[in-house]
Amino acid sequence: MNAQARNSTPIIEALSLHKSYGKHEVLKGLDLSLDRGEVVALIGPSGSGKSTFIRCLNMMEIPTGGTVRFRQKTVGDHFRDKGGEIGIGTLRRHVGMVFQHFNLFPHKTVLQNVTEGPIVVCKTPRKEAEERAMDLLSQVGLAEKHGAYPNHLSGGQKQRVAIARALAMEPEVLLLDEVTSALDPELVGEVLSVIRGLAEKGMTMAIVTHEMAFAADVASRVLFLDQGVIAESGSADQVILNPQNPRLQGFVSRFRG
Amino acid sequence: MSYNWDFHSVWQYYDLFLWGLWISVVYTFGSIFFGVIIGFLTCAARLSHWRVLNVIARVYQEIFRCTPLLVQLLWFYYAFPLLIGASIDNRVAGMLTLSLYVGAFYAEIFRGGIVSIDRGQREAAAAIGMSPWQSMKRIILPQALKRVLPSFINQSVIQFKNTSLVSVISVADLAYMAAVVNGQTYRPLESYTVMAALYILMLLPLTQAADWIEKRLRVSD
Repeated sequence: MNAQARNSTPIIEALSLHKSYGKHEVLKGLDLSLDRGEVVALIGPSGSGKSTFIRCLNMMEIPTGGTVRFRQKTVGDHFRDKGGEIGIGTLRRHVGMVFQHFNLFPHKTVLQNVTEGPIVVCKTPRKEAEERAMDLLSQVGLAEKHGAYPNHLSGGQKQRVAIARALAMEPEVLLLDEVTSALDPELVGEVLSVIRGLAEKGMTMAIVTHEMAFAADVASRVLFLDQGVIAESGSADQVILNPQNPRLQGFVSRFRG
Repeated sequence: MSYNWDFHSVWQYYDLFLWGLWISVVYTFGSIFFGVIIGFLTCAARLSHWRVLNVIARVYQEIFRCTPLLVQLLWFYYAFPLLIGASIDNRVAGMLTLSLYVGAFYAEIFRGGIVSIDRGQREAAAAIGMSPWQSMKRIILPQALKRVLPSFINQSVIQFKNTSLVSVISVADLAYMAAVVNGQTYRPLESYTVMAALYILMLLPLTQAADWIEKRLRVSD
């Protein structure tokens, strides 16, 4: 668990989030408040809404009800800041996301993938952006691959580049959406160890994962989502190691090899 | 066969052939130029959330894709002037029709390329804070254009051949000039063979280049 002292004001919050696709209600009023330095793991069966939920936190999905708040300000459904509300663009500058399928830009090199955000969005001078990107790439163990194109990397390497790309924006919160689910089993470890390193440095994260042992190890809080609601939440000890809710017991036992 | 080939008498008019060829090239590249602009605008309209634009773009595309180019040329040269109450120069009508025709196809090619790009690309661009326009310009379009390059070249090759139809509204392109030479020499076999040879000479390098580019793109994927 992470040792850094926590600030008690939440950095990002979800208040009574609802999301429906037509008649199908995926999220039925979820609340979450993340403090700086906190690592929350979201677990639950597929279709429980956990991916939709963290995709709402950076407005990748626009919630159909409820609000997202960032630094105590409501996030609107417009790109730019407007009348006291934070715009989606601003939110995403500070809230990074890593995807299940990496989504690296195939027409750009590893280095260009990482510098793209800082140069285009933050207007960072190229030289400075590249220096910082090289730093991040060595942090994830891929400095020597900076000139390669994504198609020449393994899944684990791609995902580490994707993490570096997100970190290049110096995010205050990082959202990780099943980042190891598309990886061959032998490549999962290298990605998890990068994430563990981030947790140790005090990065605020919301992690959707099926890796129970990893969640138990890295998360300060675990939420169990089931059918669009948070069915249980607590420490990893409470939720994963000693589950009370019968559905949660069933779910966790299936993932304990 | 005892046909007595006589290219000599036909080739006396080589300046007409070359001038015609030049005109064909001008109409080809001119209509490609305007067609790309029209195609981009139409494609943007098709992808926009504004329904009116969407419908207008679709109607335009279907009209020009579902009528023969020859019919369009005749309509714009002989019918359209009556509608607007002013005559149109045949060269203007020719260029206008060719551009509108190819623009409708280009729009579809561009659109197909853009929608074929994985949704994750747009999401990754959005996730680092890019605006929709930045994401289109820097992430989606470069990938989409590369993907559609072979179809684009293919359509442009067809366009070169299509320019021969402007001869029916008396634009003095290569096909028109071949007919003129035939009228002078009464040697249709030679006149039209020279014309065909000139088309092949122009287009063969283009189709070869298209094949080469397509192969190279496949390797880099």
